[in-house]
Order: sequence, then structure tokens, then C-alpha cells
Amino acid sequence: MNPELSGILVSFAITLLIGIPLGKYLAKMFAGEKVWTDFMKPIENGIYKLSGISPNQPMDWKQFLKAMMVINSLWLVYGFFVLMYQDKLPLNPDGNPGMTPDLAFNTIISFVANCNLQHYSGETGATYLIQHFIFMFLQFTSAATGIACAVAVFKALRDKTTADVGNFWVYFVKSITRLLLPLSVVVALILTFNGTPASYAGKDKFISLQGDTVNVSRGPAAQFIAIKHLGTNGGGWFGANSAHPLENPNYVTNITEVVAQMIVPMAMILAFGYFIRRKKLGWVIFGVMAVGMFMLMIPTISSELGGNPAIAKMGVSQATGAMEGKEVRIGPMATAYWSTLTTIVSTGSVNGMHDSTMPLTGLWQLLGMMINSFFGGCGVGILNYLIYLIIAVFISGLMVGRTPEFMGHKVEAREVKIAALITLLSPFLILAGTAISSYVFNNYGSANWAVKPSSWLNNPGYHGFSEMLYENTSANANNGSGFEGLGDNNIFWNVITGLEILIGRFLPIIGPVAIAGLLAKKKFVPESAGTLKIDTVTFGIMTFAVIMVLNALSYFPALALGPIAEYFSMLK
Amino acid sequence: MKTLIQSIRLTIVLTVLLCIIYPVVISFAGKFSKGKGNGETITLNGKIVGYANEGQKFDKPQYFWSRPSAVGYNAAGSAGSNKGPSNPDYLKEVNSRIDTLLKYHPYLKRSDIPADMVTASGSGLDPDISPAGAQIQVKRVAQFRKLDEQKVAVLVKEHTEKPLFGPEKVNVLKLNVALDELK
Amino acid sequence: MSNRSNKLFEPALVQTALKESFIKLNPKTMMRNPVMFTVEIGTAVMLYVTVYSFTHAGQGSFAYNCWIFAILLLTLLFANFAEAIAEARGKAQADSLRKTREDTPANVVLEDGSIVTRSSNQLLKGDVFICETGDTIPTDGEIIEGLATIDESAITGESAPVIREAGGDKSSVTGGTKVLSDRIKVVVTTQPGESFLDKMIALVEGAARQKTPNEIALTILLASFTLVFIIVCVTLKPFADYANTPITIAALISLFVCLIPTTIGGLLSAIGIAGMDRALRANVITKSGKAVETAGDIDVLLLDKTGTITIGNRKATRFYPAEGVSEDELVKACVLASLADETPEGKSIIELAQQGNTRISSTAPDGSEFIKFTAETRASGINTPDGKRIRKGAFDAIRNLTINAGNQFDTAIEDRVKAISSNGGTPLVVSQNEKVIGVIELQDIIKPGIAERFERLRKMGIKTVMVTGDNPLTAKFIADKAGVDDFIAEARPEDKMKYIKHEQAAGKLVAMMGDGTNDAPALAQADVGVAMNSGTQAAKEAGNMVDLDNDPTKLIEIVEIGKQLLITRGTLTTFSIANDVAKYFAIVPALFIASIPALQSINIMHLHSPESAILSAVIFNAIIIPMLIPLALKGVEYKPIGASALLRRNLLIYGIGGVIAPFIGIKLIDLLIAYFI
Repeated sequence: MNPELSGILVSFAITLLIGIPLGKYLAKMFAGEKVWTDFMKPIENGIYKLSGISPNQPMDWKQFLKAMMVINSLWLVYGFFVLMYQDKLPLNPDGNPGMTPDLAFNTIISFVANCNLQHYSGETGATYLIQHFIFMFLQFTSAATGIACAVAVFKALRDKTTADVGNFWVYFVKSITRLLLPLSVVVALILTFNGTPASYAGKDKFISLQGDTVNVSRGPAAQFIAIKHLGTNGGGWFGANSAHPLENPNYVTNITEVVAQMIVPMAMILAFGYFIRRKKLGWVIFGVMAVGMFMLMIPTISSELGGNPAIAKMGVSQATGAMEGKEVRIGPMATAYWSTLTTIVSTGSVNGMHDSTMPLTGLWQLLGMMINSFFGGCGVGILNYLIYLIIAVFISGLMVGRTPEFMGHKVEAREVKIAALITLLSPFLILAGTAISSYVFNNYGSANWAVKPSSWLNNPGYHGFSEMLYENTSANANNGSGFEGLGDNNIFWNVITGLEILIGRFLPIIGPVAIAGLLAKKKFVPESAGTLKIDTVTFGIMTFAVIMVLNALSYFPALALGPIAEYFSMLK
Repeated sequence: MKTLIQSIRLTIVLTVLLCIIYPVVISFAGKFSKGKGNGETITLNGKIVGYANEGQKFDKPQYFWSRPSAVGYNAAGSAGSNKGPSNPDYLKEVNSRIDTLLKYHPYLKRSDIPADMVTASGSGLDPDISPAGAQIQVKRVAQFRKLDEQKVAVLVKEHTEKPLFGPEKVNVLKLNVALDELK
Repeated sequence: MSNRSNKLFEPALVQTALKESFIKLNPKTMMRNPVMFTVEIGTAVMLYVTVYSFTHAGQGSFAYNCWIFAILLLTLLFANFAEAIAEARGKAQADSLRKTREDTPANVVLEDGSIVTRSSNQLLKGDVFICETGDTIPTDGEIIEGLATIDESAITGESAPVIREAGGDKSSVTGGTKVLSDRIKVVVTTQPGESFLDKMIALVEGAARQKTPNEIALTILLASFTLVFIIVCVTLKPFADYANTPITIAALISLFVCLIPTTIGGLLSAIGIAGMDRALRANVITKSGKAVETAGDIDVLLLDKTGTITIGNRKATRFYPAEGVSEDELVKACVLASLADETPEGKSIIELAQQGNTRISSTAPDGSEFIKFTAETRASGINTPDGKRIRKGAFDAIRNLTINAGNQFDTAIEDRVKAISSNGGTPLVVSQNEKVIGVIELQDIIKPGIAERFERLRKMGIKTVMVTGDNPLTAKFIADKAGVDDFIAEARPEDKMKYIKHEQAAGKLVAMMGDGTNDAPALAQADVGVAMNSGTQAAKEAGNMVDLDNDPTKLIEIVEIGKQLLITRGTLTTFSIANDVAKYFAIVPALFIASIPALQSINIMHLHSPESAILSAVIFNAIIIPMLIPLALKGVEYKPIGASALLRRNLLIYGIGGVIAPFIGIKLIDLLIAYFI
């Protein structure tokens, strides 16, 4: 077999091999059953004690969300100031300057929200202190926040009637001590021993074979890159992210990183099924997501392997596929595979530049982020899916002649209202954001910003539109990847995407938790033969149809003007 | 208020765990890796001439060339070109790279040129080129260095890595160091 | 109710509905329906654009704008028409019921005892009136004095007269029915304009129609879809500016109207009204739309055995003489004891005896004393002048009788009694002079076809529970034979209540039917309580539906009506949204083709021109509403094939169908338009 194809097949196989048992483990661990990592208990108890937390205190959904919001707000405020004054703080061997307020605003939101959209460049924009004490810290905690909120939903949906969704601090701390930290150690070690730097040494300098003087950025990157993927964060240590040869030195690290970003989202889906004791439901959801993933991935791979038709016309050989923005050691197939996964699971790390991928690849990347729940980010993937599920349950419940119910609870106006609001939110943020960007580009081209609107596009025409659409989509999806040609470090982009990330992160977390909390308080309705079963293939197809139709309807015109128009115009 | 104090205390405790203990432990373990956790370097005649995994600029005729780079192989500021596939300026640039290649390798047909030699990499620091990319340069390098073409071809073959998974590649720095060591 | 029409569009109704369609354009009314309200705003803007384009250039031709405006207006009218026709039909139903009780003179008894004649619509609650033979009862009420045979055919269509009397469960009378004999004094129980029928009419007419919780939830969902499409259309303007593509307002509004779920938005209230209307057609008056909706959700159905599962009453099927007694002797005694027994059981004993070989007399000897059944003795019979004391009654009543008289009770009889019970029969033990002479077996006759209906219910996921006064053995036999899932034997009214509460505590929704005053608490407790029209006022007040036919099997129909209502909503929502896919493929290329010729590739329907594409989509969007009105009114058929299978079926028809149909429809309309252009 083609070693590139076998490479991605092996990647996927490893993902399944780790993801499936991890799902079972997570369900048990969060349910408080005996697991092999119980040796961490003393450490956790120490953390609770030092923090003044009583781990056994039950929380209703409002208290739970309050705790979540308070600690996240704390990070926002504290991080904002540290970023602005990073130049005055220690651990700055390369002498990087402090961030402007708008960049600090954008950056801190981006990391708190598990988005990791980076309007700075890792080598020159952030000190080691920031990279570790703010960014890496938040890469752990933002992922743990998402996971904790998902577990609250699990608990609410498992118990027949309850007000208690579990203790936020406990889910949060356990996400770190029992999942993210141990896995990070493993991944970081693999990376280190494959050539990713892990020491605190600053920039290096040497004279190349040709006689050029070369400065080399280094630093403790392996630790960071591990959690960047495990926590579906995606923010790179270096500007070029995982395309950078130190961040992703060889094919082994490439497999490691792409597996690392998939296993937690995948495991969370199965954990859901195991936790609520509806194993089959977990697998049906898994199936829907997997089908969605392949539907995006296969055409992506095919369009990248096909190469750039415009370059084909020049007569050079594109035997290896489209190579602009790609690394030889990784190759187009693994880059395409990665690009699908990183957009569906909201990691947003890249091992090749998305801006230079083929138009249809861009289309699938955008769609992956718009849907944002084919596995989705750590914890938040299943939360996003829940919203689609509620809508699917509502419509199909009616279609079988019963007022809709979900997991034994009636879905009524209040839940639908929340679900409808969240459904509305993504199109609103993405389309309104893109509309404002286009408007500013059209009418205020010469605004006196760090990057002038007239010059913020790196590419003209439809592709330029795609750059703006991509940026807004990525922000709303908390993805963090970009069509990086966009000149986005100015006050406009920093503020607008900052707001999009903030809203696009927290409302879609609050909504599902509230829905689950509200449902859990309702009377439990046992299933009968007339009840719509949601763990069937039929219902899986229904949910899939809801996801595809809702997204297609919301974004078709925008996509038509961007990647679709570019694609068809390149054919001629 | 109670929640805020809990949050502050938890943040401090986790900072110690995640930002000090965890990275320091990994950093320590890294000392036992090949590059001692600093990245693996390559030396020629006792002098460090580069990092094994980071590409550097090779555009002189005596060397095998690296791929085009959007940042001129600035290892302190990696980036791709971010040019869209339909961008006319970009396509012009690709065309001129083809012309340059053809100029220095007059023995080539257009269809001999692999795409990676005329497109910029994602990082701008790609250490590798495709085997085809190396093979088309053999004649030029051999002619310039007045070496037997066959000998250079063998060298390229020796430096072509065929991993179990993933694409075949040639590390340009290692190849060029080996070339320099030939003398 | 012979004048009830099943035609969907009666000319008279259509006329009313057409008029109403225009009246309903009033924005205040439209606002109740957010989806159609946005269409109205769009139409208003289009009107402005049309006028503007008459004198200015840049917004497309005047004629084209006129067309778009006209079609949008038509869309609104179609939606209004759907609602209006549903209302008109419901109203027509209710009116025909109401006609029966219009302006009947009533003989009102004043406090001083004098009698005055008033018109029925002046009767107040608490008034007392008198009805005599031949009178039409002016309004709903309760008999406080007397007994009468009453012809209720005007309400129920049932020609056999019924007896109504003061006290007990048969005391209520309905306005519009006719007294055939005797004289009754009746107290008025409802204020004018507040009878169930009045309430129902108000519900159908819309003024009092509150949206049901499910309707509200669906409206929210539809409103949010509408908002999404507002966003899509508004943002399209700057997008198009970026691409240097001018978009006319007409095109934007057309796109918007096509995308928002106008199909379901326009039909939603019609579906709800039609649900109530269908109930009314089944002769069930619902007190709220919610009750119909809830009916679709019912998990447990409490059914009285008698009349629902079995035909009327038990019949005697066999005589079992005691040892030493000849069959002849027993039969004669039984006949004697039953001669005065007017109950169906008593009559059936005589019928059975007549079929046999024994010669029986049809009259009792002169001087016989008939003993009536009382709750204490639980036996009835006869004392003949020649000194025979014949009694028939429940097993333990007769046993006590014989044992108290010092006689032995035959164990063979006891075995016989048990055997009959366990076969679902009811044993009636007969004694003569305090000695057991035999047993009569009474059997319940299970209604033909009832087992299949229960099977159907089971497939719907509904548990059926039989309520009976029989002993557990008999109850179990009948329950098994009829195929019900559970039974309550020896049931007292409070047992029903207990059962309902128990099921509800487990989260189930329970429906029941009842007529007596002592059913009232249970009717109120049940999620769907259907009171029989013949029942007491208290029962009717307590339930949330009234069945005019007094037909206990009606519950099953009601459940199906409820399910149909929900299914119709669900499928039309699906259809409406699925339609959008094709509309996009029609309109989006039309919008951009001029400046981005490459997008011709997504004009997969190969529509004639951008203008014809937009027109076709808007026209399709408009005419699909009236095309679906029959479906909305009749309801989508419910099939008890299991939830998943049903979902598959409906998803295939209305989901996939909803994607494909507009592709065909729009293409056809486009061909037609292209022919004219």
C-alpha cells in the first residue's frame, strides 16, 4: 500500500484503539467508580484542600455554571494584564515586547475559550512566561472546563429526576489530573525524543553551510504542544504551528499529534453513552460523527491529491499533490487528513497552511467548523451536538405523534427556546462578522489601523472573501486555525473576533448545561413502544440530516461566494 | 465571593502543578534525548552548521537547493506564503520559479519538475525535498562540482528516506553536508 | 348530525374563508404568527419597491416587481385562507350543533312558584325550568325532580330514547334534546354562552384559542429559523457588494420569503384547528386544544369493561342444576325468579329458558311477591303463593342465606361457581326455600374486533387497563380474552383514582372515560378525561372532553386524532425546511450569475433566466400552501408501526420528498414561465 495512505489509516486505527477504551475509562472515572488512576486521589484531595473546595458539595445547574463562569472570568482579567506587560516580566530571553490592549484582549479570550486563534506569532509575540503560565495553563484549564461542563450534562441526563448536576471543581480537577496531565506527559515525551525542544534555552545562532547567519527560535515547546493537541486547543509554540519542523519534526510526531487531538473528543462521545448507561446511543452518535467526518475528509484528501489545476496548466508534475503550504515530510494526504480533523474537533492546529489549500478543501474546512460537532472540541463537541439533538428530537418526536421527549423528559418551549437561540448564534456571529468585515473592506479601506482594511487580504477575489469568512467562522467555532494570509493583527479583527470567540464559547456551553439541568428537574417519563427511540440508526440519520440541512441553509450563500465560486472559476 | 476566592486559590495551585512541575519534569527528561532537549544539530568539521530538522536556504549552484520559502528560511519567524490557489500574482511567481529552475537546469522538461520545488512550504523551514526534487538537481551539482554524476546520484539515493509510513523525502542539509564531506 | 359534510371545501365555507383571508391581513392578527408576519413586512416593502421602480431605475422592471409583490401577497392570502377555512369548518360543525338549541321557549319556575315563559338564551345559571312531553329542553341542566324518556338523537344521532331521572348518574339533560314522556324539573347549570359547545366554538373561532405548549415550542423553533434567514439575507448584501454584484431588493425579499418556513408557518394554526374539528366530527367536544395534543401522548388507557370491551351486559348461557334437582325444575324456578327482573341479565335468563325444552309460563302465579335486588341482600327473587321462596344472587349472598337457615351448602356447587368464574363467567346461584337448587352461568360477550384494537393500541405504545366490578378471576379471564394489558377488578371509583395516580407517579399520561359523579375526581386527575354526555354535570365539568355519543371506545379514536395532529405538524415542518434546499439552488445562482458566471454550474435545474428562476421559486413557495391545505385539514395518517418505523416512513415521504418535490415543481413552473416570456 501507498505509505501515505497507510500512514493515515494507521493514524485512524491508533485513534480508535486509544479513544474507545478511553471513553469507557472516562465514564467510569467521572461516575466515581473504581479506576486504576485512583492513585491520583491524594493529589486531588491536596488540591481541594489548598483551594478551600469541598468536593462532595452538590451543585444545581446554576451554581455549576456560576463556578465555571467565575473562574473563567478570573483568568480573563488576570491574563489580560499579564499579556500587556509581558515585557516587564521574567522569562523573556528573546526580549519580546508587551502586547497592545486589543491584541491582549483577543489573545486572552482566545486562550480562555479553548480557541487559540493567534494574532501574534509564537516566536516574536510571546515570552516563555506567557507561553507557559498563561497559554499552556489555559490550554489545560479551558479543555478541562469544556469536559467538566459536558460531564454535568451527562449526569443530568443519567439521573431520572435530579437538581444535582455534580460539582464543577471536581469534574474540572479530575479532567486535569486523570486525563489531560497524564496524557500530556506521554505525548510530550514522545515529542521530545523525536526532536522537539523541551529546554528553557533561548534563541540560538549559527552560520549555515552557505554562510548565512541564522537565528533559531527554540524553547520548552514539547510540553506545550502536547496539551495543545490533547486539549483541542491548537495554539502553536511557533508561528507556523505544527507545520514547523521543530513543532512536528517527523511522521511519528505527526501521527502522535493528530491522534492526540482526536482521542479526547472521540472518547467523550463514547463516555456519554457509557455514563448514561445507553451504550448504544453513544455508538450511534459516534457513528453519525464518523460518517460526517469521512464525508468531509474523503473529498478533502481527493482535492489535495489532485493538485492545483492552475499549476497543472503550467506543466509541472504534481505527482505528490498540491504542495503550496505543505511540508515534504508530511505530504498532502496526511495534511488533508489533519486539516479535516483539526477543523471538526476545533483544535485549529495546522500542519500545512489552510490558506493555500484547494478551494473545495477550504469549503470542507469551513463546513467542519460551521458544524463544529463532528466530535468537536473537548467536551464542547458533545454539547454542540446536544443542541442539534434537541432539535432533531423535537421534529421527529412530532413526526411519530408524540410531544417530544428526550431521555425521558418532555422537551418543551423553554428548552426549545434555548436550543433555538444557540442554533441561531453561529449563523449570526459568522455571517454578521463576515458581513461587517466585508463592509469595512468595501467602504473603509483606508482606516488608520495597524493593518489597513484595504491591505488585510493576502489574496484577491473569492479567495479573499474566504479569508474573512474563515476568520469569523474559526473564531465562532473556537477553532483557532486561519486562512493566515489575512492581516488580522489590528484593532478591528482583534475586537471582532475576540467578541465572537467569547460569545461563541460560553453561550453554547451555558445553553446545553441549562437544557440538561432543566430537563433533569422534570418528571421522568418511562419509555413505551410509542416513544421515539434515539439510539437507533433511523434517528441517527435524522440528526445527521438536521445538522447538514441547518448548516447548508445557513451558510450556502456565503460559501457560494467564497470557495464554491473560486472552485468553479478555476475549472475554466 | 467565596467562589472567587476558591477560583484564585485553585488557579495558584494548578499553576504550580501545570506550569512549573509538569514542564520542568519534561524538560529534565529531554536532557536524555538526542538533542538534549534543545533540538538536534548537525556539525561539519566540528562546527554547528544547522539543525537537522530545520531547513536552511540553499540557492548556490554547488548545493542541492531547498524548497522556496515565504520567509527566506528565517528560523526565528516561521510562516507559509498563505497564497490562495487561484491568486494570479502567486501563479505568476510559481511560473517564474519554474523559469528559474529551467534556466539553471536547462536539461529539464517542465514535466520533470516536481511541484514541491516551485511551491513554498508551510513553515518556510521545510528541511526536506522530494526525491524527484533532488534527482533533477544531480546533473547541475555534479557539473558544478565536477563530480561524477553517478556518484552524486548514489549520494542522493543514500539520503532518500523511505519511511514505513508517510512520504519519501531527502533532507537537504544532510545531503549537502555529505556532499561537502565528499572532498 | 346527518347534515355533516365530509367535503373539504364547501362553497359556502370557501366564500367565508376567502373573505376572512383578507381580514386577517391586519398586522395585529398577523403578529400572532411570526413567520407569516415577516412575510407581510416583506410584502409591504415590496409594495414600496414596486411603486419606486415605476419611476426609478436600478431595482428591476416595474412589471417584474409587480409580479413578485402579487405573489407575496398571494402567499399571505393562502396562509390566511388555510387558517380561515379550518376555522370555518370548525365553526360550521359547531353551528350545526348550536342550531339545535337556538331560541327554544323555556317554562321558568320563579321563586314564588309561578311559571313564566322565557327564551332559552335568557336562562341564567341556577334558573329552574319545567319540561313536559313534547318539549325541547332549552339548555343544559340537571334534573332535580321527576323522570322522563328523552330523545337525544339531535345530539348523538342515536334514535333509541333514554331515561333521565333526578338523583344519581343519569340526571343531566342536554339542550336541544326532546322530552318524549313525563315531566321533569331542571336546574340550569351553565351561564348563557358558557356551555361546552360555546367554549368549543370560541376555541375554533380563534379569539379564545390559546396556543398549546407544543405549538408554542414549534413556533419558537420556526421563529428562530426565520431569524437565521433574516441574517442570511441581510448579510448577503455586503457579501454581494464585495463580489461587485448588485442585488435587487425584490431578489433579496424573494430569497427570504422562500427560505423561511412559510409552508408550516402558514398551515400551523389550521392544523391545530383541524385537530379540534376532527374531534368534533367524532362527536367529541374538546375543552382545549391542549387536550387533543395530550391525547396523542397517552400511555395508559382506563376502559370500563361494560360497553367498551364487552357488549352491554352479561347473558345467561347455561343452567347447572344441583344434585338431586332436575334441570326442568331449576329452569322453571329461574324463570319464576326472573319474571319481574327487568335487568338485561334477568331478561337473558328467560331468553335462555325459552330456547330450551322446558315449557315455561310467561306470567307469575297471582299473589306472587317479587323481591327486588338490594345492595344488602344482593339477591332478588319471588315468593309464590304456594310457598316457594326462590332467590337468585351472588354466590356468597346465597350461601349465607342457606347456612343461616341451617341448611348445608353443597361443595359441588362451590366448585361449579369457581369453575364458572375462572372461565370469565359470572355465577348466579339459585335457591329455593333456602336450599341451593343450581347455578346460572352468565357470560360476558366480548365485542368483535376489540382484541385487534387493543393490539393496535399496544403498537402505539399504549397500555390498556380494564376496569370492572367483577371478581378478579372473572376479570382476568376477560382481560386475557380481550387482550388488555391489565385490569382493576372489583373496582370502586377510588380504585380508579389510585391507579391513575400510581401511573402518573411513574410519569405516564393516563386517559379515562367516565360518567358518574363519583368518576369526577378521577376524570379531573386523568390527563385526558372524557366525560360522557349522558353523565352528570360534575363529571362533564371534571373532564376535558365530552363525548356526545356516550361511546366508550371513543378514547381510541381520540388518541389517534391527537397523534395525527402532532404528526401533521412534524411532517409539514420537515417538508417546509427540506424545500429550502431546492430553492437555494434556484435562487442563489440567479442572484450571482450575472457577475460570477462560474456559478452557472450550481444552476443544476437549468432554469431559464435569473428572473424566471426567482419567480418560479416564489410561485412554488406560494402554491404549495393551498396544495397542502387538504393534508393539514385531514391530518397525516397515523400508522401504528412503531416509532422508528414511523419516523423512517415520514422522513422518507416528507423529508426526502420535501427535498425532491420543489426541484420538480420549480422546474415545471420555470418551463411555463419561459414559455410566456
